[in-house]
Amino acid sequence: MKTRDLMELASRNLREAMLRNTLTTLGIAVGVASLVAMLSLGIGLQKLLMGKLESSGLFNRVYVAPRNARNDNGGRGGRGGRGDVPLAPQPGEIKYLTTAVRQQFAALPNVTAVYPELRLTADLRYDDKGHVTAAASVPPEARGTGIFDSITGAFFSATNAAEAILQKELSQQLADEGKIQPKDLIGQMVTIRYPQRKPVPLEPGQRPEDFVANGEFGYGFTIVPTEVKVRIIGIVEGAQAGPGGFGGAPIMLPLEFVEQMHTVQGVDVREVVASPGEQVYASLTIMLNSPNNVQAVEDKVKELGFTAFSLFDAAKSLQKVFKFIDLFLAIFGSLALAVASLGIVNTLVMAILERRHEIGVLKALGAADRDVRRLFFTEAGAMGFFGGALGVFFGWAIGRIINWGVSLYLTSQNISSEDVWFVPLWLVGFAILFSILVSLGAGLYPASRAAKLDPVKALRYE
Amino acid sequence: MTETPQAALRTAEVARHYQMGDATIRAVDGVSLEIAAGEFVALLGSSGSGKSTLLNLLAGLDRPSSGAIFAHGRNLSEMSGDELAKYRSLTVGMVFQSFNLLPRMTLEENVELPLRLAEVDRNVRSSRVREALERVGLSARLTHRPSELSGGEQQRASLARALVNRPTILLADEPTGNLDSRTGEEILNFIQQFNRELGMSVVMVTHEARLAERYAGRRFYLRDGKLSLNGDAQ
Repeated sequence: MKTRDLMELASRNLREAMLRNTLTTLGIAVGVASLVAMLSLGIGLQKLLMGKLESSGLFNRVYVAPRNARNDNGGRGGRGGRGDVPLAPQPGEIKYLTTAVRQQFAALPNVTAVYPELRLTADLRYDDKGHVTAAASVPPEARGTGIFDSITGAFFSATNAAEAILQKELSQQLADEGKIQPKDLIGQMVTIRYPQRKPVPLEPGQRPEDFVANGEFGYGFTIVPTEVKVRIIGIVEGAQAGPGGFGGAPIMLPLEFVEQMHTVQGVDVREVVASPGEQVYASLTIMLNSPNNVQAVEDKVKELGFTAFSLFDAAKSLQKVFKFIDLFLAIFGSLALAVASLGIVNTLVMAILERRHEIGVLKALGAADRDVRRLFFTEAGAMGFFGGALGVFFGWAIGRIINWGVSLYLTSQNISSEDVWFVPLWLVGFAILFSILVSLGAGLYPASRAAKLDPVKALRYE
Repeated sequence: MTETPQAALRTAEVARHYQMGDATIRAVDGVSLEIAAGEFVALLGSSGSGKSTLLNLLAGLDRPSSGAIFAHGRNLSEMSGDELAKYRSLTVGMVFQSFNLLPRMTLEENVELPLRLAEVDRNVRSSRVREALERVGLSARLTHRPSELSGGEQQRASLARALVNRPTILLADEPTGNLDSRTGEEILNFIQQFNRELGMSVVMVTHEARLAERYAGRRFYLRDGKLSLNGDAQ
């Protein structure tokens, strides 16, 4: 029998026992609604949490450090080892994080920014008193991560502005000394004294390559005390530190401004000296448009010969946990669908009893067992499809109601409302397909039983 | 095994046995007969003589326990389930005592059903249905349901359904059993007409010897599943 004829006959049969088939379809709809509701809760919570983590910026960053081949093979090249001769790396052993490398990283797909983390020891002069503390650079990308959302004052007006944001503890200390409120510090000018790196000028006739030929020493630099004046523009509760973090120091300065300060970095001086004439970074942080792209970029960076790591693995573990939770919820949600599938079996078995004579007639008129089986399958599949579609709608409606309730509760508690329920498009397709498959599975036994009916006996049955 | 082409149906020592507890019921027991193309034969016998069982075997609705049945030279026993279904769809048309029209369908839909099963093109179905219903004088009752028709009309509709796929063999199981004698004769006239005009071979099961004598060219008598006397012998 052709598919269209099959559909027409199945549709007629379903309409004939309208009440029973509608109730069975509703049963499936409830099952699917339960599945959709459970899964969309899991997905919604995952989306909410991952969204929060993503907005923190922690999971879409790759932290890059130079790799020393010798370090990789034998610790720190014997440095500090008892009786070991300190070994300097040979040319080419270390791949430095130069400006060119930074640009190379920036050109990788899905990379939104590449920034170094510059840290320096600074002496903050305020009210004629010195405060030796740490300062760190903050890239402009930090603004969108939510870390500076609770700032008192403002974020940097430009990435090369002579401005500073202080951590709350330091501002409290300064305010106590000046007998003012911390917020009164905003707008005041302070002086930062720091060690500046100045290249040693080449003697006449000397070329930079003459100094790096043996890979041991560059032509060097001198360290001179310098000072800059900056305006305090903001105070934050405490920005995160750590790899690829923003700030994490009592004084935070705009990235480009710090780069122009030519500060001496608290990193391996040898690495700096060994690559003269170029800006060398102790580390770089690569920011990506999505945590999903972290792995690819991390692999690429490693392939380029650098050390790279990210918190992506932690995010992956979290996703695994959510997958497990989703699976658990799906199993619970499917229980109702399993019960509903028994309804399909019951309905179709009843239909066989009622239509036994009709099946006999169909066979006498030339229907093959296959035709009868397909007819019952089509009826089961149709109930699955309509039940699935209706169930998705019910599940979505339940989600909307719960979202509304949660939002109402959170608002009453002065907490910004969040969507804990989310029905993605794939879940709609999956739920309907799953419903059809379960219904077809439930139709297996009745369809096979109907197909095997002996036409002679069936014709005798009234 | 091949068969003479002129025989529409031939049975060779065909038997159908059923097991009922320890007892074996020999519904059809070693029947051999041959029906030529275009022939009208009657199967006569009392209730339980095995005539309907034999008809079901000829229709390919049942399989024999032993022996062979040939339809236009093809052995039904060697056919697969699908092949038998195709045989029922295209080679034979069946008429039953209780009409067996589907009550939920209109007359048009009932007659169209064999065409659907035979996967006949949708465009020609309507004309084939009308042609079949016209032949039995029911073209004005297309949209009626079986319950809205008299017994005679229902049997006529059943005849239209049996011939809509243009089969070569018509198998009728007590076609007049549920009808009064006048309507019964009317139905048999139609069957005779199909036999003569369309050249269909007809096998009719009946227990009415008078009608069989009047319409059938040959008559086969069954008793306890065995052929006791056939029309040639009479």
